Amino acid sequence: MVQMRTMEIMVGAFMAAGFVALFFLAMQVSNLSNLTEGDGYHITARFDNIGGLKVRSPVAMAGVRIGRVTKISFDNTTYEAIVTMLVDNSHNTIPDDTFAKIYTAGLLGEQYIGLDPGGSEEFLTEGGKISLTQSALVLEEIIGQFLFSKAEEGGSNE
Amino acid sequence: MSQHPNDSNEPLVKIRGLRFYRRERAIFDGVDIDIPKGLITAIMGPSGTGKTTLLKLIGGQLRPDAGTIHVGGQDVHKLNNKDLYKLRMRMGMLFQSGALLTDINVFENVAYPLREHTQLPESIIRKLVLMKLEAVGLRGARDLMPSELSGGMARRVALARAIVLDPQMIMYDEPFTGQDPISMGVLVQLIPRLNKASRLTSIVVSHDVEETAGIADIIYVISNGKVIAGGPSEQIANSDSPWVRQFMDGLADGPVPFHFPAKPLEADMLENAAATGAIH
Amino acid sequence: MEQLARLGRIGISSLERLGRGHLLLAHMFSGVTALIMRPTLLIAQIHSVGVFSMLIITISGLFVGMVLGLQGYYILSQFGAEETLGVMVAASLVRELGPVVTALLFAGRAGSALTAEIGLMKATEQLSGLEMMAVDPIKRILTPRFMAGLISMPLLAALFSAIGVIGGHFVGVGLLGVDEGAYWSQMQSKIDLHEDIYNGVIKSIVFGFVCTWIALFQGHDCIPTSEGVSRATTRTVVHSALAILCLDFVLTALMFGE
Repeated sequence: MVQMRTMEIMVGAFMAAGFVALFFLAMQVSNLSNLTEGDGYHITARFDNIGGLKVRSPVAMAGVRIGRVTKISFDNTTYEAIVTMLVDNSHNTIPDDTFAKIYTAGLLGEQYIGLDPGGSEEFLTEGGKISLTQSALVLEEIIGQFLFSKAEEGGSNE
Repeated sequence: MSQHPNDSNEPLVKIRGLRFYRRERAIFDGVDIDIPKGLITAIMGPSGTGKTTLLKLIGGQLRPDAGTIHVGGQDVHKLNNKDLYKLRMRMGMLFQSGALLTDINVFENVAYPLREHTQLPESIIRKLVLMKLEAVGLRGARDLMPSELSGGMARRVALARAIVLDPQMIMYDEPFTGQDPISMGVLVQLIPRLNKASRLTSIVVSHDVEETAGIADIIYVISNGKVIAGGPSEQIANSDSPWVRQFMDGLADGPVPFHFPAKPLEADMLENAAATGAIH
Repeated sequence: MEQLARLGRIGISSLERLGRGHLLLAHMFSGVTALIMRPTLLIAQIHSVGVFSMLIITISGLFVGMVLGLQGYYILSQFGAEETLGVMVAASLVRELGPVVTALLFAGRAGSALTAEIGLMKATEQLSGLEMMAVDPIKRILTPRFMAGLISMPLLAALFSAIGVIGGHFVGVGLLGVDEGAYWSQMQSKIDLHEDIYNGVIKSIVFGFVCTWIALFQGHDCIPTSEGVSRATTRTVVHSALAILCLDFVLTALMFGE
């Protein structure tokens, strides 16, 4: 029976190790820890073009992550993208004239929403809307604009 | 084929018209055997006549191609799984190798059927197991692992395990094969003693003529898929049929082809038999 | 004509084996309820299937993680993207290497042992003996082993991945000087709980199911001689490895193909 006891202990240790490993993977390796960072409030913003923004992309202010994108939908009448974000409750003093812009982290990195605070005394709350937005920069458009302006310059010089 | 003398008593095992084929080869080709209650019945025959197969058929581990086997009035191969397992609890079988579970010790091996089939308290299991081990003379070996036992001891432990549930009948598969004279003597004593003490019905499958004939009440001789003789052991022992004589006396030449069918040799044998002039 | 007949024979016998395999599977499942009543049987098997595989799994996981750290660093540093080392290590472990390598090791370590054990029990008439003792050998012997494999595999795979991530951390952060914060935070922002971790666990459960099933079937279906057992053991390893790799492709296509 002593044998049985040690065996039970070993199996218990094995199963505990397995579950700890799973827990470690879930909490430390994956984004679960970010998902469960307290409650927050939802705000929405409309963009002409969201580029490569995805659900769960970060929302940052002054480079600090304060929330994440929870939903991306498309408005059939205005042809705009509606992005819903969840902002952490601890950041509840965001002015309602804040400017939302889609940035790219590094040249090839992922895209995220950067918020530039405005000067209003009113703060955004649950269901609040950001009306000032700037779309993602699309590389082809930038190059296209650049070429176009160069061509115009050349044309006026002649 | 052979009418049993004790027909007044309903036999425990009744085999009728049994046919069993392995691929194209007929192992049993119409076999009728009665095994009466409370006696030791020996089924003898040369190696390769499917004696072990017969035990597996009786135990319901194999299905016959034709014919029926009744054990205690129940058709073994018409039973559903649950009833078949119930029936097997009343049968014990001693395998040639002993078939002990190698990962548990002697005591646990003997206790195994009790633990599987009963809810008996540990103290009673202990008593029962020690009693059965005592019956086979191995009470002192209870803590050994099966790998530490000799072949004869393993077989005796297996015997203790086979009788631990107090079955109605017990089937011995070649109990004497490969035993030294002493353990052979032990088993020769043990089988009839158990049979009397526990009012068992025993079926002994063997090709060891002398030992088996010594303990058996009834003997069947099987060859070539057929029963060639059957009856009380004295009758068989004194039979003048050339088949029986050849087997009982261990003659190399005779009417029974000892070898796997092979045309030229078979012809050879028949020639020999004709020479002795004993074919009827 | 002879070739055609041979092909037919092979086809028929494979179908028969497949059929027997599924019958065995159904039979094993029918013993699950009885097993729940006797958890000690399961514990004993998790001990021999899971606990004994732990050492090889943790050591392999550590080294695989360390190699990933090294290789990943050399490639990523060419793009100046060493910070994403954590992502690379974790993603490859959790999605692929964890389940697959664990399953391959499991097939070699536990699967072959299961086949040999069952095959020898068959060869020494132990299974037959149980049957004559009115004990169903499939429910009593095979089902606990099957469930133990099913339970142990995802735990072993998780252990492998977790140790691998730590091994990658040791090499990447400890030896090569990747920023510690970047290692973890990049990992956390890119590895998704559902997409990556859950799918990895599902993969390892499927592999555990298939590997244990193959091992037990080969043991139960082998020719009961020493040669038969040794062939069955080889077949277990070969069939398991093939099944794991093929299934990995199918599962990956189903899970990550959008």
